[in-house]
Formats: sequence, structure tokens, C-alpha cells
Amino acid sequence: MTRYLFRRIGAGILTLWVVSILIFIGTEVVPGDVATAILGRSATPEALETVRERLELDRPAAERYWGWFTGAIQGDLGESSAQTLASGRGAPMWPLISGRLENSAILAVATMILLIPLGLGLGILAAIHAGRRLDHGISAGSLSAMSLPEFVTGALLILVFSVWLDLLPGVSLLSSGTSPLGRPEILVLPVITLLLVSLAHTIRMIRAGMIEVLDSQYIEMARLSGHPEHRIVRRHALRNALAPTVMVIALTVQWLVGGIIVTEVVFGYPGLGQAMVQSVESRDVGFVQSVAMLIATIYVALNIIADLLVVFLIPKLRTAP
Amino acid sequence: MSVSTRSAERASRWQFAASWPTRVGLAGIVVILVIAFFGPFASPHSPSEIVGPPFRGVGWETPLGTDHLGRDVLSRVLWGGRSLIGLAVAATAAAYLIGIPIGLVAGYSRSYADPILMRTMDVLLAFPPLLFLLVLVTGTGPGSVALIAGAALVNLPGTARIVRAATIEVSVRGYVEAAVARGERMPSVLGREIVPNITGPLLADVGVRLTLSILLIAAVTFLGLGPPPPAANWALMINENRAGITIQPWVIVVPALLIAILTIAVNLVADAVARSRGISIVEPQ
Repeated sequence: MTRYLFRRIGAGILTLWVVSILIFIGTEVVPGDVATAILGRSATPEALETVRERLELDRPAAERYWGWFTGAIQGDLGESSAQTLASGRGAPMWPLISGRLENSAILAVATMILLIPLGLGLGILAAIHAGRRLDHGISAGSLSAMSLPEFVTGALLILVFSVWLDLLPGVSLLSSGTSPLGRPEILVLPVITLLLVSLAHTIRMIRAGMIEVLDSQYIEMARLSGHPEHRIVRRHALRNALAPTVMVIALTVQWLVGGIIVTEVVFGYPGLGQAMVQSVESRDVGFVQSVAMLIATIYVALNIIADLLVVFLIPKLRTAP
Repeated sequence: MSVSTRSAERASRWQFAASWPTRVGLAGIVVILVIAFFGPFASPHSPSEIVGPPFRGVGWETPLGTDHLGRDVLSRVLWGGRSLIGLAVAATAAAYLIGIPIGLVAGYSRSYADPILMRTMDVLLAFPPLLFLLVLVTGTGPGSVALIAGAALVNLPGTARIVRAATIEVSVRGYVEAAVARGERMPSVLGREIVPNITGPLLADVGVRLTLSILLIAAVTFLGLGPPPPAANWALMINENRAGITIQPWVIVVPALLIAILTIAVNLVADAVARSRGISIVEPQ
């Protein structure tokens, strides 16, 4: 178990290192000049030169990567290039990120709290009624829901609940320094938007896993022994469907990451995703690199935790390599 | 192969189209393709022409009203499907163009090339897809090329993996061994013996890849990081006109519904095709 833990963490760190190189290549080495992008095409050569110098773009790429990488390891995320240019002074990254990270985390946690019981419940319900009308209904509904992009569901939800019914705010603006927890009503529509897509994936995977378990020999044995069906589901099937469920939730986080970025833009919610999109627009390379690295780290860490939980839940895996 | 088994095979190939959700899906795809590709010929105005005040409601001259700049919504809707579908198809095609050789070599060579290629693919999976595209667009700037390249790279691990698995399965068959025994070289074995025999699993996978490409490209375009603004595009229309949602809802509703029909229809068909081959659409491959 301990060996597995260390190997998994080692692999995670290796992955993140390669990811950091990819982020750097993606943002800086591909053709396109950051200075021109920030100042626009009409900028004078002198101004461009100043910006390049300020952002140290004249140094070789490998050297800049090393500087960024060593800084990031020590927790120094560097400076936001757009903010630095705007204010004339160095603008450290962390204060720009921390508040937004918290807002995004609130959105994600609120979604997960609703997602897990709803996904489990509906997935198991569909599996028990597999092939019957209820199952077809749930399956068709979830297939449609997961086909819809978040900005489409978000826009339609705003239209129905905000514009026509006037029940909920259609934009989730926050004055700086306030927490969304103080105004929970602005969380409702973004959370529903995120839920619709991620719930669909969760239901379908839990249904598939549960059907497989219900088809196994020990369930047949339990049925032949005359146990009531609800007891079989609760005591025998559910426990064995638990491990895949953890994987399902880890995978859902993957969809949530993309979903949260789009959803925050749809509702104007001041989270990390919205900041990320704004900084892509203004070509704030430093900000994009740091946020991308931060999200990738969270993402890899969650995957490791999920893997460990699965090993913890299935004794059989503990001895396997 | 006798004629009767061949026609039986053809019948089984279209078996997936028997259920009603698949038929709904196929019908939806046809409707969207007709709107996207023949719509521009029926467009009453130019998509970039200003025909009235911003956010004018439904009327004779502008059947779906006007958008935030006073352009005709109907014309923009009729023009706005091409780029979305075109980009998604291009990205999917690119993913196969690169993924097939990688998967073939990894699956057939059984040498150090296999783990190296597949681990490289795994690294691409460590990134949430949308984040990957955003990082790429930061470097290249918004535009179609970055979108196609990004969506293709996101799909690449999946295509390479499916080709690899199918290649491993086929490469132990007698006809492949016979070709090797006659002294045929690797490119010829791959091209003439293996590729024709792995098209089945590949076809089952195309719909899944296409769905992913459409969703990704629509999301990035919505964020304003796709093809730049004057061009009409359903996803971009929803973003551009958000301010007018209370006075002119059609400019949001119509593109949103069209995207919904497109993605649901493609997913319904992809699901049916994949299931007819025993693959689940949501399970990670």
C-alpha cells in the first residue's frame, strides 16, 4: 500500500513536470509575439522593445522556463504581465488568484454535494429498472443533458428562470471582497447548469457499473437464497459498486473543470475560470501559465486521491502490483 | 465471401439505425446540415449588413429580429452553422490522420516505440480539454487553426488508443502472418492487411470523437476565442447578444436550440453506433 502510494505520487509529479513543459510550449514557444498581442499592431517598435524587456521576453525560452519552473516549485507564481504593465509596478500573482480560487471552489463543492447523492440515486434506480420505461426515460434524459454545452443550458436557464419567471438572478455578479455564500441565490443557476451536464455522465456510468454487479454470480446466489431485492441492492450490490463510483466522481471533476470555466463566463461569476478567459484574451501569459498549472495540479492530486480510495475500498487490489 | 453473407453484413451494419432515438438523431443531423450548408443561399440579407436598430423585435423585414449591432438574426443564423461544423469535422479528421499512424506503429511494432508513444498520449490526458485549448490559444491567439489543432490534440490519445488496440488484435491473425512470411515490409503489411481490417472499431469511435470536438469548439467559440467576431457563428451569437436577452430573446433562443439539436442528434447516433459494436460512449477508453 505504501509502495503503491509513493509510486502513484511519483508518477503524478512526473506528469506535472511534463505538463509544465507543455504549458510553457503552448503559451510561449508557439509562433505569435506576446508583446504585439498586448500592445496591438499599431505599437511603436520602442514600446514593443520596452514590453519585451519588462517581461524578459528577450531571454532564451529554456532559460525563461527554468526561471518560471523553479519559482513555481517554491510557491512563487510570478507576476501577472498585464497587471504589471497596467500599474507599472510588479503585480504578484497570488492575491489576484486566491479570492477567485475560493469562489470557484464554492461553486465546485456546492455542485459535488448535490451531484453525489443525485447521481447515485438516479443511477441505481435506472440500473434496477434496466430495460424498462423508467430506465429508458432516465437514459434518454441524461444522454440529452450531457450533449448540451454549458453555455446553451446556462442561456436557456437564464431565459426561463430569470427573464420569464423572474425567480432568480440571471447574472452572478459580486462586489469584490464579498463571498458568494452571503448571497446563495446567485449560486443556484450556475450550480444547476453544472449539475445537468455532470449528473448525466455520473448517472450513465453508475448505471453501467451497477448493472454489471447485479448480473454477477454472487447476486444471483443471493437471489436464489431468497433475500428480498431491496436488501440485495443495499447490502451486496451497492458495496461493490462503490469503488467504480469513486472513479466516476474523479472523472466528473474532469468535466467540471471545463464546465466551471464556461459557466462562470455565462453568469459573470467572479471565479478563476472567468479570470482565466480574460487573461487569455489579454494574452496575460504569466497568469495563464500559473492558473493552468494550478488547475492541473489540483486535477492530478484529485486523481491520485481517487485511485488511493479505490485501492482502499477493494481489498483485492491491495496486493496486486 | 458469398453474396448473401455480404448483404447480411451490410444489413447488420445498418442495424443501429433501427431504434427510434437513432432515427430522431439522424433526422436532426440532416436538418442541421441542410440549414448550415444550404442556409446561406436562402439568407435574406448579408450576415454583416446592418438592417435596423439593435435588438429590434420580430417583424416582416427581420423575421427573427436584429442582434446587438442591428444585423438580421435570421441571416446570421443561416450563415452561422458552417464554421462550427466545419471546424469540428476538420479537427476530428486531423485527430485520425495523426492518431492512425501512431496507433498502428505502437500496436504493430511491439518494441520500445509502443510505451514511448502511449505514455506521450497519456500526458495529453492529464489536461482538462478546455484548459488545454485555452493555453494553446494564449500562445497562438484566437483563430481557426489553433482550434483545429487543439481539438485534434485532445482527441489524439483516444484515436491512437483505439487504433492500437484494434491493431494488436488483428496483427496475430493468419493473413497478417502470411504477409509477413512472404516478406512484405511493414508499411505494406500495415496499409494492405491491417488498416482494411480495423475500420469497424474506428467507425464506431468517430461519432464519439466528433461529439467531443463539437462541444469543445463550441465552448471556445462561445468564450470569444474562436474565429473572430464579424463572422456569424451560433456559439458566438449567444455570447455577443447576452445584453439583449430581456428585450430580444430570439437572438439567443434560436442559436441555442440549433446547437442543442446538433449536439443531441450527433450524440444519439454516436451512442447507437458505439453500442451496436459493444462500446459504451461514456466509459473512458
